Amino acid sequence: MLNEYDISALLVTIKLASVTTAILILIGTPIAWWLSQTRFKFKAVIEAIIALPLILPPTVLGFYLLMTLGTNGPLGNLLESLGGSSIAFTFTGLVVGSVIYSLPFVVQPLQNAFSSVGKQAMEVAATLGASKLDRFFTVAVPLARSGFITATVLGFAHTVGEFGVVLMIGGNIPGETGVLSIAIYDHVESMEYAQAHLLAGGLLVLSFIMLLIVYVFNRRFSIMRSDS
Amino acid sequence: MIECKIKIKLDSFILDANFSIPDRGVTVIFGPSGSGKTTLLRALAGLEENQNGYLKMGDSIWQDGENFVLTHKRRIGYVFQDAALFDHLNVQDNLDYGIKRSPNIEKAFIESIINLLDIKILLNRTTSQLSGGERQRIAIARALLIKPKILLMDEPLSALDMKRKQEILPYLDALHNDLDIPVIYVTHSAEEASRLADHLLLLDNGKVIGSGPINTMLTRFDLPMSHGKEATSLIDAIVVGREKEFDLMQLDFPGGQFTVPDNSLEVNSSVRLRVSARDVSLTKEKQIGTSILNIFPAIVDELSVEGGAQIMVRLKIKEVTLLALITRKSAEMLNLQNGVKVFAQIKSVAILS
Repeated sequence: MLNEYDISALLVTIKLASVTTAILILIGTPIAWWLSQTRFKFKAVIEAIIALPLILPPTVLGFYLLMTLGTNGPLGNLLESLGGSSIAFTFTGLVVGSVIYSLPFVVQPLQNAFSSVGKQAMEVAATLGASKLDRFFTVAVPLARSGFITATVLGFAHTVGEFGVVLMIGGNIPGETGVLSIAIYDHVESMEYAQAHLLAGGLLVLSFIMLLIVYVFNRRFSIMRSDS
Repeated sequence: MIECKIKIKLDSFILDANFSIPDRGVTVIFGPSGSGKTTLLRALAGLEENQNGYLKMGDSIWQDGENFVLTHKRRIGYVFQDAALFDHLNVQDNLDYGIKRSPNIEKAFIESIINLLDIKILLNRTTSQLSGGERQRIAIARALLIKPKILLMDEPLSALDMKRKQEILPYLDALHNDLDIPVIYVTHSAEEASRLADHLLLLDNGKVIGSGPINTMLTRFDLPMSHGKEATSLIDAIVVGREKEFDLMQLDFPGGQFTVPDNSLEVNSSVRLRVSARDVSLTKEKQIGTSILNIFPAIVDELSVEGGAQIMVRLKIKEVTLLALITRKSAEMLNLQNGVKVFAQIKSVAILS
């Protein structure tokens, strides 16, 4: 069954995906809301930048992150001059990389959901005495809940599945930056196909279940809406 | 008074609304599609961006050069065309949304609004279990429950079929009669305007082309409604008695007394009568031996040649104004001129409420 190395990889992966998803929801929500409301001229530029990780080879992203965050990178230098240390090859570095890598998977569903909430529901709330922030939390968020479910599941699943970024910036330190996808690769490299099967199959089932949740929930909401 | 001087530029449309209207009773904003009615209503609510101007509501200034009171601080009841209930909340929670955010809403007041709109049995439903008419009643109740300083209604009946409209109209009459808040009501339906309005604000192509008491507006020859076969006048009256034997009832109005078919309204209830200009004929002497019950002495106020064979006559029955559409030939035979005394024979009236 799972050896010590596999279990630590599993734990690091779950921890990484949870922390990343939480951060993504926190920063993705305001970005998505802003994108859904703004008439900013260069909105398309921002959208394109956020969507970049969708098509960029993960190793490219990882490479640039390493260059930026590493000991000799601009951010790495800054951190060191502030008395910290470089976050390359640390769990924190992995989180930073994952957040950037999975950003579009959280922002896009949220943006779509916020757009479909529409202007009118917010205007109704305003006439009923709700301030901007109040109506955001009591009208926009609940009406966009299917978007939040999709964003959470996609953000989590996509982080679990990343490989290239992790390889470049994480360095596969067991218990710190060693994650499942790299563990699978290691097993295959050392011809331990049984172990590889176990982990790969596990990820496959997990991913399927998470997507199933998204589709079932979204369908339920869309049926509820079309009734009315 | 409500004073408004607002200018809004949309893509290819400019709304330039400069008017003042009473801050009591029902003001109907009336005009064709695309005349800017909804934009104006939204501006009153503070929902339009890119606007500048001056807006005073009773004692409070909602907008002038530097100040702009935000929508959620204006305390307005706004009823949207399609009800716009929150689908993530049930009916009760929809009503509570506004109540929670408004100070001093007493239980008794909530009860009274729920009774007025007859929605008690709907409170525990989800919004998807409501018919179109029910949704609109909930939306009206939700708007009223915050005790608004003014109620703004944007074609609340236009999304409903004829039957649903008839279902809602009595509740709107009730609003009119029972509540003491000003209502501004947008519509392009002449029927709704004549039934509900005390005051009419006419809008065309982004400009106010007239504003005044409804009947004055309907009978002003410089405005379009006073011309053609569809021209009507309105008379507000009160039920004073009935002739059971003939199924008739008597209505007092400032110019005399009408006798009309009984529609079982209680004595002392107020009614609005609509008189089509085509149903009014004129005689020099009071006719005797006629089947027409409603004959009133009147004075010719003004004449307007309608083109073709017809002429529109505006009459005064004491201070009440009435239109009569007759032929030019009759006008000449009767020698009609401003100030001439005649008798107006009213063949039929429609009771609007």
